[in-house]
Amino acid sequence: MTVTLLVNGAEHRIDVPADLTLLFILRNELNLTGTKYGCGEGQCGACTVLLDGKPIRSCRTSVAAAAGKKITTIEGLEQNGRLHSVQQAFLDAEAFQCGYCTSGMILSSVALLNSNPNPREEDIIRFMNGNVCRCGTYPRIIAAVQQAAKRQG
Amino acid sequence: MREEPIRESVLEDQQHQAIRRLAHGFELERRDFVKLLGGGVLVCLCASSGLAQESGAARRADSAEKLPDSIAAWLHVAEDGAVTAYTGKVEMGQNIRTSLTQQVAEELRVPVSSIQLVMGDTDLTPFDMGTFGSRTTPTMGLQLRRVAATARAALIAMAAERWKTDAATLVAADGKIADPKTGRAVAYGELTKGQKLVQVIAENPLLTPAQDWKIAGAAVAKIDGRDFVTGRHQYTSDMTRPGMLHGKVLRPTAFHAKLAALDSSQAEKMPGVKLVRDGDFVGVTAPDEYTAERAVASMRAQWDAPQQPSEAELFEYLRKNSKHEDGAQHVSGSIQRGLAIADKTLSQTYTVSYIAHVPLEPRAALAEWGGGKLTVWTGTQRPFAVRDELAQTLHIPTGQVRVLVPDTGSAYGGKHTGDAAVEAARLAKASGKPVRVVWTRTEELTWAYLRPAGVIEVRSGVRNDGTIVAWEFDNYNSGPAAIGTPYNIPNQRIEFHPSDSPLRQGSYRGLAAPANHFARETHMDELAHAVAMDPLEFRLKNLTDARLRAVFEAAAHKFGWGQQKSSPTRGLGIAGGVEKGGYVATCAEVELDPATGEVNIRRVVEAFECGAVVNPDGLRNQVSGCIVQAIGGALFEAIHFANGRILNPRLAEYRVPRFGDLPQIEVEILNRKDLPSAGAGETPFAGLAPAVGNAIFSATGMRLRSLPLAPNGLPQNHKEGQ
Ligand code: FES
Ligand code: FES
Repeated sequence: MTVTLLVNGAEHRIDVPADLTLLFILRNELNLTGTKYGCGEGQCGACTVLLDGKPIRSCRTSVAAAAGKKITTIEGLEQNGRLHSVQQAFLDAEAFQCGYCTSGMILSSVALLNSNPNPREEDIIRFMNGNVCRCGTYPRIIAAVQQAAKRQG
Repeated sequence: MREEPIRESVLEDQQHQAIRRLAHGFELERRDFVKLLGGGVLVCLCASSGLAQESGAARRADSAEKLPDSIAAWLHVAEDGAVTAYTGKVEMGQNIRTSLTQQVAEELRVPVSSIQLVMGDTDLTPFDMGTFGSRTTPTMGLQLRRVAATARAALIAMAAERWKTDAATLVAADGKIADPKTGRAVAYGELTKGQKLVQVIAENPLLTPAQDWKIAGAAVAKIDGRDFVTGRHQYTSDMTRPGMLHGKVLRPTAFHAKLAALDSSQAEKMPGVKLVRDGDFVGVTAPDEYTAERAVASMRAQWDAPQQPSEAELFEYLRKNSKHEDGAQHVSGSIQRGLAIADKTLSQTYTVSYIAHVPLEPRAALAEWGGGKLTVWTGTQRPFAVRDELAQTLHIPTGQVRVLVPDTGSAYGGKHTGDAAVEAARLAKASGKPVRVVWTRTEELTWAYLRPAGVIEVRSGVRNDGTIVAWEFDNYNSGPAAIGTPYNIPNQRIEFHPSDSPLRQGSYRGLAAPANHFARETHMDELAHAVAMDPLEFRLKNLTDARLRAVFEAAAHKFGWGQQKSSPTRGLGIAGGVEKGGYVATCAEVELDPATGEVNIRRVVEAFECGAVVNPDGLRNQVSGCIVQAIGGALFEAIHFANGRILNPRLAEYRVPRFGDLPQIEVEILNRKDLPSAGAGETPFAGLAPAVGNAIFSATGMRLRSLPLAPNGLPQNHKEGQ
């Protein structure tokens, strides 16, 4: 089937089997490899992207379900060479080690701050529990989200 | 009589070497290679390499390679002043790209931004055994400092020569040599004109002492950190090459299975799919990953698997199949005499489960044949060993294999082997195109190797005043790292018994240190209670090692040890030890829900000392990351298996620590600028599990002697002594 995907403000028309995952299309067809595969089960959050501003697991979302909606990937956050405040906060707090979870963490954080500009630590923990950082950088990620909240506020 | 201490490093290295290869056993045909490599002379390896590979005894060409002693192999200054440094180490999140660059910058007196560090490229970087064992900071850091210091001296000498002046009066700073007397200065690049510095690395170059460090020792922001927050960094699994195909391997239904029958007709009909069969190895290549997956899924295969041990009989099996190994025993004094003068004796058994590394980036490799070479990009901790593995399994000379390691999505000891690399290379050979293989999470949890399971038996004797007089420690299969005791015990017998592991096993962050610390520090706690002493006081009574005492005292102080009391819902525990030059002490506070049996770690205070600190911020991140990761193995991580099959090969079934498991973590770093720097990626891991177990005991009186401690909450109906 032919679907139209709106990714980071650009429109893509692609002809693919409808059951393909959004993750697959992003990485393989659109070359947006910042979105990562970590489990394919919806368990790790490495593949998180925003669909109309809501965080979703792109490994468990079919292209058909994403068609026509606004998709934001990690590549779409930077504007004119300026990092998004959450990206900047992750960088400043050095909230990563190997960095493989980072795209998903940043997008989940962006979504959290969109819905709750002043999250308490418990809010962050609850909202982000589906994102795994195997390197265990959680304390710094929490700090980064709080920093970004301050900066946005 | 006194024997030599156990040669841990040798034993560990044997273990590294012995990680079982996946039994692909390629047959391959020689003429294919001549074609692929573009002709020329081909020297085939002797036939016995196939045998060695089957038996798991990898070739030891490794250690035979000598480190180059000329600066040129390690460092290059271009005409425009750009510095390139080379190391066989690889970056997997330990932040060594940054910390090693800092050390080069410090000694060469150039800004961090002018240095490019080439890592883990078997064609460009000097030989390296691998990035493991916390050896990067002590060994590679020092090596690069020596290289850079020698280069600095050489550059000063060149400037002195040019100006016909005394070298001792010149100073190197900010990429230039300056003469303070006359005010002239010359840039490094202008001196070298891009030529190689061929000086031999000095034995004892003038190294900058840690107290004077300006760049090393400072919190420098992660190099290329921006690429990680923008998604721009290319891990192996993100890389592509022109014309690249995607590879998938058909996995057997059980370990050690043989392929009895295969119907691949469906797959072969799919457009663009190519089937590759070589012995029991079956794989496909396809233009995209989706098609490759579908092709493999469409195959009907029949596998014959032998009967294999299951989890229920594991610990008995490990004990029964263990061997005595020379050099694996340490004896001092006499256990018999020790036990005879003890007021109390204690004998207990501790066990640890198999656990998985679960690196968030699964194994991945991209292989390409051409230009007279096989080139493979892959995330491995041992690029040179993987190069050798490729040469062996594909029957080509080592010189025709190049392995490059892009900065990798973590490893934790789990990426020593070249599994995906070998598969990609085999498939690329058959298809004549570059091929990328990326493992699924289920493949990772099933076919990668695991942290060894083990049984540890401890028998000890203590006097009523708290003096330990006898210590017997037998470790079956889990490994010899940190097997010795740091406490002063006159009568000891400590032995590591290698065994026949039912599952594929290998290195894991800290190797056996977490297991041995768990057994030892739990047993120490049991002894303290046996003589009714405070666990910290009991440890200090038997401890003279000043560095270990210092971390115990620092952790206890920060935690407020002795000032709070445990209750049935709140437990406090302490544990510590020394390994690989790092000293760790951990205090844990746990919260228990007696109704549900749920265990929550509320607070962890860890004191850590590893000599002079190179990058304090990076170090804290490492220590805190170790603590978080250790929570999994302490409380709930375990691989379940039966008869050659993994029973929980999905992330939904294998629980890893998440945000919700996070305690409040306080890290106290003791910076000993007077002592050489040791690595920090592993030892901070070791204190957590016993501290948590001891905390659970302090609240409930329940002594848990198996890791994980509480996979489904606290065991109900637990009786002391079970
Ligand atoms: S890859 Fe989608 S949740 Fe793990
Ligand atoms: S930084 Fe490695 S998984 Fe999060």
